[in-house]
Amino acid sequence: MAAPLTRPAKNPPPRAASPSGGPAAPKSPGGPGARRGQRRAVALFMVPFFALFTAVTVLPMFYAAWMSLFREESSGLGFGGTERVFAGFGNFTEALGNEAFLRSFGHIAFYCVLYIPAMVGGALILALLVDSAMARARRFFQIAYFLPHAVPGLIASLIWLYLYTPGLSPVTDVLDALGANWNFFGQDEAIYSVVNISAWQWTGYNMIIFYAGLQAVPREVLEAATVDGSGALRTALQVKVPMIRPTVVLTLLFTCVGAIQLFDAPKLVQLRANTMGEDWSPTMFIYTVAFKGHDYGLAAASSLLLALVAGLLSFVVTKLGNRWKAS
Amino acid sequence: MSTQTATPDAPPAPEPRTKAGRRPSPAPRPRRTQGLTSKVAVNAVLAVVAVYTLMPLTWLLIAATKNYRDLFATNPFSLGDFHLLSNLEALFAYNDGLYGRWLLNSLLYTLVAAVLSTLVSVACGYAFDKYVFRGKEKLFGVVLVGVLIPSTVVQLPLYLMASELGLVDTYWAVLIPSLVNPFGVYLARVFSEGYVPGEVLEAARVDGAGELKTFTKVALPMLAPGFVTIFLFSFTANWNNFYGALMMLNDERLYPVNLGLFMWNQNVYQQPELYPLVIIGSLVAVVPLIVAFLCLQRFWRSGLTAGAVK
Repeated sequence: MAAPLTRPAKNPPPRAASPSGGPAAPKSPGGPGARRGQRRAVALFMVPFFALFTAVTVLPMFYAAWMSLFREESSGLGFGGTERVFAGFGNFTEALGNEAFLRSFGHIAFYCVLYIPAMVGGALILALLVDSAMARARRFFQIAYFLPHAVPGLIASLIWLYLYTPGLSPVTDVLDALGANWNFFGQDEAIYSVVNISAWQWTGYNMIIFYAGLQAVPREVLEAATVDGSGALRTALQVKVPMIRPTVVLTLLFTCVGAIQLFDAPKLVQLRANTMGEDWSPTMFIYTVAFKGHDYGLAAASSLLLALVAGLLSFVVTKLGNRWKAS
Repeated sequence: MSTQTATPDAPPAPEPRTKAGRRPSPAPRPRRTQGLTSKVAVNAVLAVVAVYTLMPLTWLLIAATKNYRDLFATNPFSLGDFHLLSNLEALFAYNDGLYGRWLLNSLLYTLVAAVLSTLVSVACGYAFDKYVFRGKEKLFGVVLVGVLIPSTVVQLPLYLMASELGLVDTYWAVLIPSLVNPFGVYLARVFSEGYVPGEVLEAARVDGAGELKTFTKVALPMLAPGFVTIFLFSFTANWNNFYGALMMLNDERLYPVNLGLFMWNQNVYQQPELYPLVIIGSLVAVVPLIVAFLCLQRFWRSGLTAGAVK
């Protein structure tokens, strides 16, 4: 998933000599009538996407902005008779002052500190190892690493939930036999349990992306490095890795954007880890506020704040990425 | 790798900059003796990681053959009495075949949505690539912003809107949002640049084909590999969509498989007999997907490469 940094407009198509849109150039034989036909075609091809995009992304954002300005005030017994009261920016200040909401971002930050180096680093190391001349059975390893990604996120979390459960799990048996006292649902350990589920799902996927990037490194460059006396390790770190840096940056971007939305894995771990709380991640917070507390105004405001954080994060990572690429 | 050739952009011309910037250093040291040990070490690391990635699926496969008693009584990696078939039977019989309905729902939410959203994305990406019109790049910028907006962030407002419109707890509530795939539009534009030469379209036009016919009869077949790639992305995204379904659906007969399994799992404390059902249900949901991925390897790989490399 690598869109934003490499805009296709900047990579001219390799085959067609004409610039993008070439075939639609005015010299097309049909004259002005054909041009009108093409304008109609553009509309025909684009309207479905943009109509749906507006309905499913743009309008909901505006609707959330509208909702976030109101507060539901219950009258009487509390069910049925709620009244919508204008709250101004009250919901935003409430969200920003809400300790649970702020803490959920802290959880994600800590999660990223653990997860990103482990997953991206792991994927990079694996890709370099599989790409090295010493690796055997490359196809098998690639498939074995990718398989977890074919498992839907929720089901992956479910499988691991069972693997964390004493009595069901081979993992806890092994740990017990080793004398390690590890409770996957403990207050301190639960976050590692979440990190492990994510890492299991995504390391292989990113490894494949990195490996594809490594394969595109021109062989001449590698040969030159070897002739110059660079060993395998040095070639890997100083020649191969810099050449796939843009790909790594993109992975970081998408991993950050993904981390901010974390829901499935912590939701399932939280079912057993009582210390985690139903508002552990920002998305869990929003869900709980909306569906347990029925405070849609606060939930909408929190959603917008989360979108803002996600947007800022993408922006910062993209900028950083461009700087790295330039250097 | 043969799949490399399937990417729309040819690999970049060799750039000797690393070589040029480097000063000549002494001749390589002999590293023959080192070779064998590092070869063993590298492959050992790879094997250990493969054990880590395959272990949970192996456990799932074995656990699915056990009944409730053996699940807790026997060693997790040894076989108990073989109950795979009776577990399957119980799975599809439970609650009037609710699980089968969930499978069909999942198929509807993923297949139908993936086909339609891919068609919509490919048409749009093709138009971005092949036509000139005012404000094109600005409009494309909107698509890129769409790629960056996390889908879960829009989910709650989407729910609120759907509930105003009375769409909550219908198939539409899950289906319509999954028809939009901005990343697919981006990919389609890249694929269209790589796969569909402008001259061919020009030739079709000279032959008198209209724009729609040129697209469906000439461009679309050339875009087939791209179509499959975008389809796979969309398919996985929809198959993974749990948060959206959790919000939009109350009626358990409308659930997709993953939401259904989640609900069963929430009840295992009160009804421990659901344990084997959750396990066999997970296996049944996972196996077809793994098989599909293995068969379509060529496509997802070229898709990953198209999206990420360069």
